[in-house]
Amino acid sequence: MGLPDVVVVGAGVIGAACAEALSAAGLRVTVLDRGPLAAGTSAAGEGNVLVSDKEPGPELDLALASLARWPELLDRVGHDVEWDPKGGLVVATGDPSLLAGFAAHQRAAGVDARLIGPAEAFEREPQLTRRVTTAVHYPQDAQLQPVLATTALLDAVRKRGGVLRPGVTALGFGPDGVRTSDGVVPCGAVVNACGPWSGAVSRALGAPIDIQPRRGMVLVTAPMPHTVRHKVYDADYVGAVASGDADLQTSTVVESTAAGTVLIGSSRERVGFDESIRVRVLRELARKAVALFPGLADVPVMRAYGGFRPYAPDHLPVIGADPRVPGLWHATGHEGAGIGLAPATGALLAELLTGARPHVDPQPFRVDRPGVLA
Amino acid sequence: MAAANAAARAGAEVVLVDGEPTLGGQYYRGTPQRVDPAVEHLAESAVWAMEGLRLHIRTGAADSPHRTGTVVDADAVVLATGAHDRVVPFPGWDLPGVYTAGAAQTLAKSQGIAVGARVVVSGTGPFLLPVAESLVKVGARVLGVCEANSGTGWLRHPRAANPGKMAELAHYAGMLLKLRVPLWRKTAVVAAHGTDRVTAVTIARLNPDWTIRATRRIEVDAVCVGHGFTPRLELAVAAGCALKDGFVAVDERGATSVPGVYAAGEITGIGGADLAAAEGEVAGAAAAGSESTKSLTGARRFAAALADAHPIKPGWQTWLTPETLVCRCEEVTYQALCAATDLDAAGVRTLKLTSRVGLGLCQGRMCGRNATELAATRLDQAFFDEAALHRRPIATPIRLSELAETPLEPQEDP
Amino acid sequence: MKVTIDGVEHTVEPGQTVAGALLRLGRISWRTTRNADRPRGVFCGIGVCFDCLVEVNGVPDVRACQRLLVDGDAVGTS
Repeated sequence: MGLPDVVVVGAGVIGAACAEALSAAGLRVTVLDRGPLAAGTSAAGEGNVLVSDKEPGPELDLALASLARWPELLDRVGHDVEWDPKGGLVVATGDPSLLAGFAAHQRAAGVDARLIGPAEAFEREPQLTRRVTTAVHYPQDAQLQPVLATTALLDAVRKRGGVLRPGVTALGFGPDGVRTSDGVVPCGAVVNACGPWSGAVSRALGAPIDIQPRRGMVLVTAPMPHTVRHKVYDADYVGAVASGDADLQTSTVVESTAAGTVLIGSSRERVGFDESIRVRVLRELARKAVALFPGLADVPVMRAYGGFRPYAPDHLPVIGADPRVPGLWHATGHEGAGIGLAPATGALLAELLTGARPHVDPQPFRVDRPGVLA
Repeated sequence: MAAANAAARAGAEVVLVDGEPTLGGQYYRGTPQRVDPAVEHLAESAVWAMEGLRLHIRTGAADSPHRTGTVVDADAVVLATGAHDRVVPFPGWDLPGVYTAGAAQTLAKSQGIAVGARVVVSGTGPFLLPVAESLVKVGARVLGVCEANSGTGWLRHPRAANPGKMAELAHYAGMLLKLRVPLWRKTAVVAAHGTDRVTAVTIARLNPDWTIRATRRIEVDAVCVGHGFTPRLELAVAAGCALKDGFVAVDERGATSVPGVYAAGEITGIGGADLAAAEGEVAGAAAAGSESTKSLTGARRFAAALADAHPIKPGWQTWLTPETLVCRCEEVTYQALCAATDLDAAGVRTLKLTSRVGLGLCQGRMCGRNATELAATRLDQAFFDEAALHRRPIATPIRLSELAETPLEPQEDP
Repeated sequence: MKVTIDGVEHTVEPGQTVAGALLRLGRISWRTTRNADRPRGVFCGIGVCFDCLVEVNGVPDVRACQRLLVDGDAVGTS
């Protein structure tokens, strides 16, 4: 049996990575998005490619696999996407033993996590608060500009003969293909890569999965001389990512971008798709950033942006075939880590869809695990 | 001011939040104004965020980190945030010595400064005439006013019957004659020349679509440009107000789509100071639960006729070279914008984040409309959402230290 | 009122903006851009374009066209 033509629904970084991997495997791919390309969650994050924030487990394995793939993938698509392997620095201002223990645990799982003292931390980040008691340096953490990365992947798909159709909404899926707002697109398989909107799209495609939005806000300062060298986190970041509490959680992530701005993240709230600004959230981000970098106090904040991160009830990505509808696949639920996890997700989906040997264990991400089928 | 007065007359407790140190805004700059003594005037104050009808305000010297933060919970809000000059890009428009028409006007009226000794004013619309007059008053020699459109059609427009306004415009036209400032119709400055400051401009005779017919070069030391106005919509968008044709959609009482939020003046349509004041009076009264007897129909008709006579024609896009800056803050060239449209960057966010257009300190206030119009010309299909162009939830920059201690609730009066 | 501009003392009238004072001194640009190192001064004059930024009393990113000078201010241009 020949390989099917595939429709990927969702032109964010996950959809783009799936489409890129499928087209590289020789499949004919059409990418649909109800809006413009790379305009949802992928346009509302910091561009994190992280291992530092992940506990040992399947997500960390996927992150390590992705990290290894990003540079070769970027070489293959050939665009400048502001890739910067700057490394991460997680700092604690309280009890140093918790962070040290977490890092030791990660090291055992293959993460390069180097416990350093305050002196080396200040050497790496001269503007850092002197209240730091201990720090862990993660040389593997990197950053890229997510919209550039997504459009670069989609450009590669286009150059291989794939079709990009922004402004086209997927309405249903049947034996003849995907029914859309602009006619039927014939195909043998469809990939739901709609991020926080994957739940709604899965219903339209005939097999609902439980993916919810969690809102994240980021502050952007005016361009300034380069003062923050790494991705610098407060040690409580890890707790926020792994939690399902609806209440506001913020933990500081401060970093510079290629454009000279400083990004200050990030908050996590479950507020549905509510886009309105909450000053309380912005104030919390500002407080923690100034506590970490007192020298930023006088810097103007010129923008705040927010986005919705998709999460499954168990906070693991959902990657694989839907057992209920033959030909329906999902690649979603990456929460705030979609940029970092995209290359391995795209590769894994393509491997499963073409029957190749998966490069990471697909079991933890399977669609029919408890709680995901809605 | 008109809205505040009307609301105070209707018995409401009124706070007037004003970015300027003194009353009057852009139009009455330099001419002292008064409001109803019952109105609390918060001068040098900016609403930097809105949460529903809760206003977050900073008061103090512009961009100082030592401003005071206050929070006001209102029963109703009238937005009258006005407009700023739109300037379409052309080669050399980023040189020192190129000013917006509004800058020349403001510097003349409030600082008594002429932006140059030999000046050309260029753009479209009746606002160019008082700018030329102000320049002459402070000692500049205005070599000419370039009006890109034919600029007279509206006089014969059947909807333009508004004797008062006509007299005002006739006054400026007469003034130009008296001051011997020539008005060059169907003409525009299409390039500015110089290395570190403008020393000359290319003036083009235009076709009706604003493409270039013929050019000549003249020596200047300043040029003032204004191609109509861009409404300042960030607060209206933050409040969730629906937009229509690029302005805040309002009913005849100035009510927006959001209960409790009213809008008046240039953010509801460019119409000049008289119409804005009338709209303010109507919206202010409505916001206070009263009703004004003021009729806006005639003035709105006249404004619409004027706007019809001064369109921005797409031929301006042919003035650019690949190296012309589209975004001044991030120094994004036309060429770089084209590279983004080649990647199908057809949404506001995608276009910004692939080209960096509009990501600088002005947050796309100067370039947003120009960039999306240029991009739309090059795209098969564009998704440039009007509200996305004006979505700036932080409406004016706030220092990190100010944000870190900003109050979340209104404080009780002592 | 006395203010200093780039370390030099000047006498200014109340009501003058930083931009007004600089223009009176004949300076039409006082900042260079981050990427191309191009000169910039006032453009919009009403606080919208952020071209005219200066440092006032050690604080950067102040709009010269919006900031009124007060006695003792120290203005720095880059």
